[in-house]
Amino acid sequence: MDEPKDQKETKQLTGEKTNVGLVERAKDTAVSLKDRALEEAKDYKDPQQTQVWKSIFRVSHERSDPRNRSLAILSNVFLHLHPAKINRDAVRYQYTWGMGGITFYLFIVLTFTGVLLMFYYHPTKIVAFRDILYLEHDVPFGKLLRNMHRWAAHLMVITTWLHMFRVVLTGSYKRPREFNWCVGVVLLVLTLLLSFTGYLLPDDQLGFWAVTVGTNMARATPMLGSEGPFGAQLGLTPYNDVRFGLLGGSIVDDNALLRSYIWHCIGIPLVASIFMAVHFWRIRKDGGISGPAPVMLESEMKVLKKK
Amino acid sequence: MSAIVEQPTSNSRRNKMIGWAVVIVLLGLFIYSVQDWHQLWKVASAADNIPIVAMLFLVPFFTWLGIKQAKANDKLIVNLEGDKTLAKSHHRKSEPWRPGWAKEIHVWPYLVRIEFLAAVIVTVVLYVWSITLNAPLEEPANPNLTMNPSKAPWYFLGLQEMLVYFDPWIAGVVMPSIIMIGLMVFPYVDSNPLGNGYYTLRQRRFALNMFNWGFLMWILLIFIGTFIRGPGWIWFWPGQTWDHATVVFDRNRDLHEIIGDFFGKTLGIPGFSLLNTNWVVKAMFGAIVVGGFYLVGALFFHWLMRRGPLRMKYLLSPKKLWAWAKEPDPFEEKLLANTSLLQYVTFQFFAISVLLAMPVKLFLRLVFTIKYVWVTPWFNV
Repeated sequence: MDEPKDQKETKQLTGEKTNVGLVERAKDTAVSLKDRALEEAKDYKDPQQTQVWKSIFRVSHERSDPRNRSLAILSNVFLHLHPAKINRDAVRYQYTWGMGGITFYLFIVLTFTGVLLMFYYHPTKIVAFRDILYLEHDVPFGKLLRNMHRWAAHLMVITTWLHMFRVVLTGSYKRPREFNWCVGVVLLVLTLLLSFTGYLLPDDQLGFWAVTVGTNMARATPMLGSEGPFGAQLGLTPYNDVRFGLLGGSIVDDNALLRSYIWHCIGIPLVASIFMAVHFWRIRKDGGISGPAPVMLESEMKVLKKK
Repeated sequence: MSAIVEQPTSNSRRNKMIGWAVVIVLLGLFIYSVQDWHQLWKVASAADNIPIVAMLFLVPFFTWLGIKQAKANDKLIVNLEGDKTLAKSHHRKSEPWRPGWAKEIHVWPYLVRIEFLAAVIVTVVLYVWSITLNAPLEEPANPNLTMNPSKAPWYFLGLQEMLVYFDPWIAGVVMPSIIMIGLMVFPYVDSNPLGNGYYTLRQRRFALNMFNWGFLMWILLIFIGTFIRGPGWIWFWPGQTWDHATVVFDRNRDLHEIIGDFFGKTLGIPGFSLLNTNWVVKAMFGAIVVGGFYLVGALFFHWLMRRGPLRMKYLLSPKKLWAWAKEPDPFEEKLLANTSLLQYVTFQFFAISVLLAMPVKLFLRLVFTIKYVWVTPWFNV
């Protein structure tokens, strides 16, 4: 494109070297900007040197430096429950079987898939079963979602048991970890209850009868159930006993579905999270993972101090 | 390490051979006895039963893994007990060790990478499992159509199976509570300071046997509930057809009835007929039986906790077996001396109430068709 006439004239009158035209100046600026951008882009080639990266991670990623390896754990909120260093034999999964960690991971998987399932589910007698059919046949990946939630729940029960089994075999419940073992027993119960409350939610024959059988046992609770020992003597009927409280009625119906849903999605996960926090915290406070510890000999056994 | 590992002796090799032979014979007998493969497959392949089928493989595998390490540690313990100078310089683990090695390693990356890998593997397993197997969904809930058999989820089938042997208030409420409390007191009654943080059988024989007995019983009850209980909660052996028309003529009777009938009617001893008529006598009779059971149970556990290891060869020679039954093990005696009275009594209570009462009642019910041993107007046991 031709330059405007008056600019050309100005150039001719003033001489290019003393007074550059607007376009030329713009060109110069553009060139220098480009150089500057290239110069700065060189710094971005290492994202770990950027302000954004440093603001998030705070530590250099140069992990060969032992200090940084420690800081990678200490300055990370998700990893800081770990110590910076552990016994070299403790990473042998032959010893731990990794079952506690896998149980926690499954809890996360269940929370994630569970929240997604909640988007498609109404805990009412009219639509609950229809929601499951909808989930299985119309929702994209709905079937996969439901399957994964179900199987992860079963797997979590198994891994919890195996974790407990390992802790017994290695004597890891012994001093000073007795209390944490108790917290673990509570978590086992909560895991089973979580699984059980979820069983009713599809509102199919399987869940309905399982919960009917399960809550019929509550009817027989001594002193709390209408059919339990001393229940009748204390004035309990099917309309005021502990089963009524669990189901929100005398039969497994709409209220039972809602109660089950709230316990399953809010109540028990909340309580379990608190117990989990204590469980993990106490692992650290009780001296980290129990072993593999050096063996003690029978000849070295001292009679314990009795208080 | 190399000094500790011994070559397997011909004896242990022979034992292994015998073990495998027994397994193969049992397997053969089982296959021979199966009448209805379709029924067996239907139960074993039910999507919700997959976990319990998996447990049948997982539990033996992890038991083996634990025992393998326990045996390595036990061998080390024996060696160190015999060589005091070695005990002072040895690093005391069966894991490999070199003098220059650092005792500790960084969690980043050595632990974090394992956790990451475990998470990836579990995720892959879950995806494969979820793609290949669908979560069960039955017909819509219908209070007018009872499912037969109507079963709880597999991990509660142990409780449901207990309903056969106990009244609901015991099976559903008291037993689970006692089991949970019993698990919680477990670390407090185990007064043995050895075996903290390493696998060992030798140093914790009794505690491990007690826990594993309970664990095994639990899995066994679940197994019975899953594979053996068919329509009407009737006992069908694995491989038998679940026939909905099956009727079982079990005449379950209470213990006081059997005793009353036998001594009162058959032998004609006066007074025993009161067992069938007077509720006070019935209740007192039951209380005495249950009290006696607790007494015998306590003596049994008191005897059992002081025994040494029971070796296979003892079972073949009555003389050796008698010596084992008669002579307390000095190490176990030492452990008992370390136990406070409160610990001892607490252990006895839970051991008798769960670990002994459960199998005894199961036996009474299944073999002698006895329903209750203690009948009162308020509760029956």
